[in-house]
Amino acid sequence: MNHAILILTLLIAPLLGFAFNGLRFRSHNAYLAGSVATAASFISFLCSLALFFQLKDLPPEARHLTSRFFDWIVVGDLRVPFGFTVDQISAIMILIITGVGSLIHLFSIGYMSHDERPSKYFAYLNLFLFNMLVLVLGDNLLITFVGWEGVGLCSYLLIGFWFSDPAKAAAGMKAFVTNRIGDAGFLIGMFILFFTYGTLTYSDLLQLIPQVVESTWTGPLTLAFLFLFIGATGKSAQIPLYVWLPDAMAGPTPVSALIHAATMVTAGVYLFVRLSPALIFAPHAMEVIAWTGAATALVAATIGITQWDIKKILAYSTVSQLGYMFLAVGVGAFGAAQFHLMTHAFFKALMFLGSGSVIHAMHEEQDVRKMGGLRKYLPITHFTFVLGWLAIIGIPPFAGFFSKDEILWQAFSSPHGSKALWFVGALTAACTAFYMTRLMALTFWGKSRFGKDVHPHESPPSMTIPLMVLGLLSVIGGWVGIPHVLGAVLPGHPSNLFEGWLKPVIGHVAHHEPNVIMEWALMGVSVSLAGLGAWFAYHNYLVQPNLPKAVAAKLGPVYRAVANKYYVDEFYDRFLINPLIATSKAIWLYIDVNVIDKVTYFAGDLVSGLASFAKTVQNGKTQSYALYMALGVAIIMTFVMWRG
Amino acid sequence: MLLSLLIFLPVLFALIVAMLPEKVIRPASLLMSLLHFALSLVLFYRFNPSSAGLQLIEKTPWLPTFGVNYFVGIDGISFWLVILSTFLTPLVVLGSWTAITEKIRSFHICLFLLSSAMIGTFLALDAILFYAFFEASLIPMYFMVGVWGGARRLYATMKFFIYTMAGSLFMLVAIIALIFMTQEQLGTMSASIPDFYKLQIPFVAGDLLNTQTILFFAFALAFAIKVPMFPVHTWLPDAHVEAPTPGSVILAAVMLKMGTYGFLRFVLPIFPLAAEYWAWLFMLLGVIGIIYGALVAMVQPDIKKLVAYSSVSHMGYVMLGIFALNIYGVTGGLYQMLNHGISTGALFLLVGMLYERTHSRQIADYGGLAKVAPIYTIAFIIVTFSSIAVPLTNGFIGEFLILLGGFEANKIFGGFAVLGVILGAVYMLWAVKRIFFGAPGKLVGGGGDTGHGGHGVHAGHGHGHAAHGSHDDHSGLDLEIGAREMFVLAPLVILIFWMGLFPSDFLNWSKASLDHLVQNRTNYQLNVEE
Repeated sequence: MNHAILILTLLIAPLLGFAFNGLRFRSHNAYLAGSVATAASFISFLCSLALFFQLKDLPPEARHLTSRFFDWIVVGDLRVPFGFTVDQISAIMILIITGVGSLIHLFSIGYMSHDERPSKYFAYLNLFLFNMLVLVLGDNLLITFVGWEGVGLCSYLLIGFWFSDPAKAAAGMKAFVTNRIGDAGFLIGMFILFFTYGTLTYSDLLQLIPQVVESTWTGPLTLAFLFLFIGATGKSAQIPLYVWLPDAMAGPTPVSALIHAATMVTAGVYLFVRLSPALIFAPHAMEVIAWTGAATALVAATIGITQWDIKKILAYSTVSQLGYMFLAVGVGAFGAAQFHLMTHAFFKALMFLGSGSVIHAMHEEQDVRKMGGLRKYLPITHFTFVLGWLAIIGIPPFAGFFSKDEILWQAFSSPHGSKALWFVGALTAACTAFYMTRLMALTFWGKSRFGKDVHPHESPPSMTIPLMVLGLLSVIGGWVGIPHVLGAVLPGHPSNLFEGWLKPVIGHVAHHEPNVIMEWALMGVSVSLAGLGAWFAYHNYLVQPNLPKAVAAKLGPVYRAVANKYYVDEFYDRFLINPLIATSKAIWLYIDVNVIDKVTYFAGDLVSGLASFAKTVQNGKTQSYALYMALGVAIIMTFVMWRG
Repeated sequence: MLLSLLIFLPVLFALIVAMLPEKVIRPASLLMSLLHFALSLVLFYRFNPSSAGLQLIEKTPWLPTFGVNYFVGIDGISFWLVILSTFLTPLVVLGSWTAITEKIRSFHICLFLLSSAMIGTFLALDAILFYAFFEASLIPMYFMVGVWGGARRLYATMKFFIYTMAGSLFMLVAIIALIFMTQEQLGTMSASIPDFYKLQIPFVAGDLLNTQTILFFAFALAFAIKVPMFPVHTWLPDAHVEAPTPGSVILAAVMLKMGTYGFLRFVLPIFPLAAEYWAWLFMLLGVIGIIYGALVAMVQPDIKKLVAYSSVSHMGYVMLGIFALNIYGVTGGLYQMLNHGISTGALFLLVGMLYERTHSRQIADYGGLAKVAPIYTIAFIIVTFSSIAVPLTNGFIGEFLILLGGFEANKIFGGFAVLGVILGAVYMLWAVKRIFFGAPGKLVGGGGDTGHGGHGVHAGHGHGHAAHGSHDDHSGLDLEIGAREMFVLAPLVILIFWMGLFPSDFLNWSKASLDHLVQNRTNYQLNVEE
């Protein structure tokens, strides 16, 4: 089929689903609403598959299918078509978005079956899908920005879906505003690129950017990337703008899985992989990205250790894993970043849905202290969750192992990497293993800690089938990216297919001689660290359950700081938000009402003064008006004549 | 004839209203305003968008001694403003159906006279004629606020009047100076604006007291007050708060545009050197206006005042765009003028609908409105998205182009203006959160009888399947909007998306004029196509 029709169908299907459910938003029929929405998503998935296979049949250098529907903005030299391109990067993205998306839609039918407004929920979910597809398919930065803001909007609507709870409504607003801070950076980055290179279209931009390394911090390319990265820190929850994502857990759990784990939050990574052929010429920007990513990975992982809300643990885990992806981008491992994006989408969506299944079973309980021993009651959820757990902590041959190991190796070996970056990454891996094992131990293993009145039950098939599919993907999803050293010793030599697929469209940094022994050694170290972290958590929370309390008590202020998320939200409140509100009130009540109005009253007095002066000659205000006018005419005419 | 008909038909309508029996005034006014709108659509057939010149010219001597003519014409700059004016009048008539209950006759007469003056302002090509319309528009507005306004309406009208009068006096003096100059330089006295473009007005850079700078500031002050620009904006919040809904809508949607239109019609082309020299000042004030307006809007307890300050912020964008003096800024500025007319007009209508039911505009009185009034909520949120410039709404196109142009003209100002993108989201979404989300507020749910108190819960359940589920109970405060109000809002919502998705449908009509204005800025002339 013609690729333009496929792209159009891909985009229109979720939009029609949105229209269908949006127009009957009062309906309570979750089954109908969910079926339509899931079908729309699935149609998009089929289109994505078709496009993927069309692309595969093309020679590697010619793998891009573009269709431009109409010119959107045409002003001056700016010409922005509503254009979409499927290439190696966006093909992977649309497969993830619609594939994982369909599973999450399906899961939602069961999850939202008792909700008051299921139609609205599914309408938003479809609208999100549409915007996310626009984001990744856009063939220029501005269309990407349309999707970028669009997904932010849907995120806002879905986080605050249960808006009667003021905390949830506040979380939605916090997400939107924090993202807007990032978007302001995105805009400036776009402006710099447009006025330096004269275009916003990716393919033109990547051709027009001079292939010269920018060695200064103030070069246009470096500045543009730094500003675009501000955008990415918002959307992809990096330091300093990550604070919205943990709060975003106020939304329904499938939303957390789709938007706040698998797809939307990876948009920043996608953007930088997309622009990577240019990014390699801005090494300073890469340095900032690598260190921000590494720092975010570690900070979020440490916070994850101290959380008790199952969704919050997963949220901080997501922030941390996104940090890994940016670490990869920063060291020039763009293929690895994209690869981890994909495997993370599988295992994190799986675990979020799994947590949804747990929360559903526990009647909206999210505190892991009140769970325990759920393995017995939720066998399928538990089994699939184990697969996700093994994947995220990086045990071979589960999906996360390959992608995380690739990132760590590149952080160590790339010319943009360093031992320090590797060390932070490896430490994060140990923390990850610890908090994820802790989550497993507290939720599924050990003794039950919930009351007798709670009767957890396994979820219906519409919810467990997505879990099983994602579980399978968490196992085999990494096999498309087996590193060369490992591929060399395996039967059939399956070398890195994933990277080979991406090769023509991503940037490449010059590499040192491969050091096979070192790569094996580091692989061993990272797996051992993961094992150690996992064992430590197992020991702490199951074998000696009193130990964590003792440790927490011993660490005292350090523990409290971490448990309170390093007081970052409090810091922002005290030093940013409160002063902003106080300043605004001050300028309103002082400058607007006092200074400016006083001046006006003075002018007013002057006029009425003139009027009363005029009254001494004649009565009435029109006369004062005339006099004022005459005086003015006289004054200005004098000037004009005088300067002539 | 077409343009004169557009200007004076409303005067005839006003006369008709004066003679009609009270009962039929509303439907008759609606019909007549629709007729007027339909007539303005004829412009799409008569106006040639590929020409940058002045079209559909009508010229008759008026005060020949002073070179003053009745001289009207249209170009790509005034084109949409005229249509915006005619488009909004029927919506205002329909929107005030139940809001205005006293002196209905006088109200509609005011409305039609105002419409006539506004369209006259946009179409006048003679400076004195322009001045006459510009000032004449004040009178019906003065009455609208003074007669149908709120408690402090007298204070507000005085402030409004003094401010705008003071400004326009300077403009009148400057117009007279320009007329004298035409005599000097062109041989005959002329008040025609295209003749003003031919003047060579002496300019000395770095000198405050040269002719071009003085005249530039005389015009700029008059228009800046009208826009209103920081720091001469304080009349606006008071006027808006006291004005009745239709007054607010017209004031924000059309009358403020007279100011920005004045910059494009007079200030930029007549004083190109001074405009370029002082562009930084107006960009700076524009940026301050964007941020200042947004910050002050954020802390307003009164919804209407919040929308009024948001106007200061939005009009700051327009000024930034215009004084960026490049095609992105000027195009964005013109687009933002239309956007602001639509989204702020819609916001005032929405606030009015709520006020009509509860008689409160205090944000603190609300909360949880989304549950009892879902359709109202959807409309409000769509308009909010337009107001905070979410892509694929009209607001985005305007704001993006302005910021792009502003950034090209001055990186620092452009960079700071981008902060407005953040602050805009803050004040609007914070208001939305407090009005629509959370627990039911004082006036929501618990406002009327007890039966209505449970309405919030009901809306989701029992009556959900019926299309008019929430209308079965009129005894309490029914905060959901009705069919008439949906008819008022629907065209605005449609335009929000139409203008956001297909901006070329609109910009193509103005492109030639805007390109011409930017490209020939220092030697701007307009062909008068007789």
